[in-house]
Amino acid sequence: MDTVLGITYNGGVIMAADQSNGRSILTYQKNLDKIAKLTNYSMMGVSGPNCDLVNFTEYIAKNLNLYELSNEGTKLSTHAQANYARGEMAAALRRGPYQVNVLLGGYDEGKKSPSSLYYLDYLGALHKVKHGAQGYAQYFCSSIFDKEYSDNLTEEEAIKIIEHCIAEMQTRFLISQPNFIIKKVDKDGVSVISFGGDPADT
Amino acid sequence: MARRYDSSTTTFSPEGRLHQVEYAIEAINNAGTCVGILAKDGIVMASEKRITSGLLAPAKTSEKTYQLCPHASCNVAGLTADANILIEQARLRAGRYAYQYQEPIPVEQLVEFVCNYKQFYTQRGGLRPFGVAFLFAGYDEQYGFQLYQSDPSGNYSGWKATVIGANNQAGKSLLKTEYKTGEEEGDQIPDVDEALKLAVKVLNKTMDGTTAAAASEKMELYTMTLDEDGECVHKILNKVEAQKVIDAVESESASAGDS
Repeated sequence: MDTVLGITYNGGVIMAADQSNGRSILTYQKNLDKIAKLTNYSMMGVSGPNCDLVNFTEYIAKNLNLYELSNEGTKLSTHAQANYARGEMAAALRRGPYQVNVLLGGYDEGKKSPSSLYYLDYLGALHKVKHGAQGYAQYFCSSIFDKEYSDNLTEEEAIKIIEHCIAEMQTRFLISQPNFIIKKVDKDGVSVISFGGDPADT
Repeated sequence: MARRYDSSTTTFSPEGRLHQVEYAIEAINNAGTCVGILAKDGIVMASEKRITSGLLAPAKTSEKTYQLCPHASCNVAGLTADANILIEQARLRAGRYAYQYQEPIPVEQLVEFVCNYKQFYTQRGGLRPFGVAFLFAGYDEQYGFQLYQSDPSGNYSGWKATVIGANNQAGKSLLKTEYKTGEEEGDQIPDVDEALKLAVKVLNKTMDGTTAAAASEKMELYTMTLDEDGECVHKILNKVEAQKVIDAVESESASAGDS
């Protein structure tokens, strides 16, 4: 039911997610922020029931924070963070799985290709991708990414592709997703580009 | 008076000291010497091999140098049996980290883990501290080549060049004058070949400087460098290679004596 989109470009990652929170035939809210900041230079877009969504993102984010605290500020690379999240997902799979699918994007200062995006599903399958989508959006947006993506995109071009995807979802998808939040992570860290419903509103 | 506090590692003496821990550190100062030197393009570790008996079957692997993971090794001074336990723990930790994050463990984290393990044995009742000091050589992406030393108390510190074991004071003072830190203008951190020679020089001094000491059977020379793919290369020099370095040092010091 949820939509999470992600795309890498030269110097960062753009991520977008719908803001609807609902269950069964009911919509609870339209200003939910499904893209959590993990560390100063990484974020995780999550689709799935709100309970698992909150549980999983907090568990990963707090543990990554603990790592930095207990190792005098040593930062984990995006690659290490993604593999850590995969490990936790796989461990949970045989107990009480988190029913969440994830896109994890991050920026590693000083690396050869600093921006990276990882696709992780609830079965614990991890892939490094240049662009990706979670949920029904895969059916609508994979072709758009395929057609419009190229290496060495600028930030503006990347946002344009994401906006194209969102427009497609809002035209063709049966379930209403009126609001989307768009975030980026680059050399200056994680920031919000735009949102439909302010997550701070109650 | 001190006797009363000797048997327990967990109790402070009235002077505020932990005698068992101090004795363990003292025991290291009689063990075979190890020298570690940070080079421009790698790390060098050299250690003294003590030959106990000619009848003893030679060890199949090194008894002084142990690889912990693809990017870290250590030199041992002290009780080999105790060291084996710690090395096993270090290897396990490095393996678990690589499994969890699919990335090599930062060197200092590995050193800190081993030292926390050592520290635990200075505090728990009824246990004897590990009678081992290590030199750790490692490489990681963030800090490059690193050299650490640790003692039985669980303290550790990073060095550009250091000595542990017997006569370490003499060795350290030689390093102080001969090692170029690269901080002053005009001097440069040695490369691996120069560092090897300096390490042998230090060992010659700590092993009483007798002519018999300068033999490849009594020294183990180890280098860690990077190959063109950025992977660590660990190497223990064979007899011929080691003798070559030792001879070079000898001829250098002989010609230096002439002038």
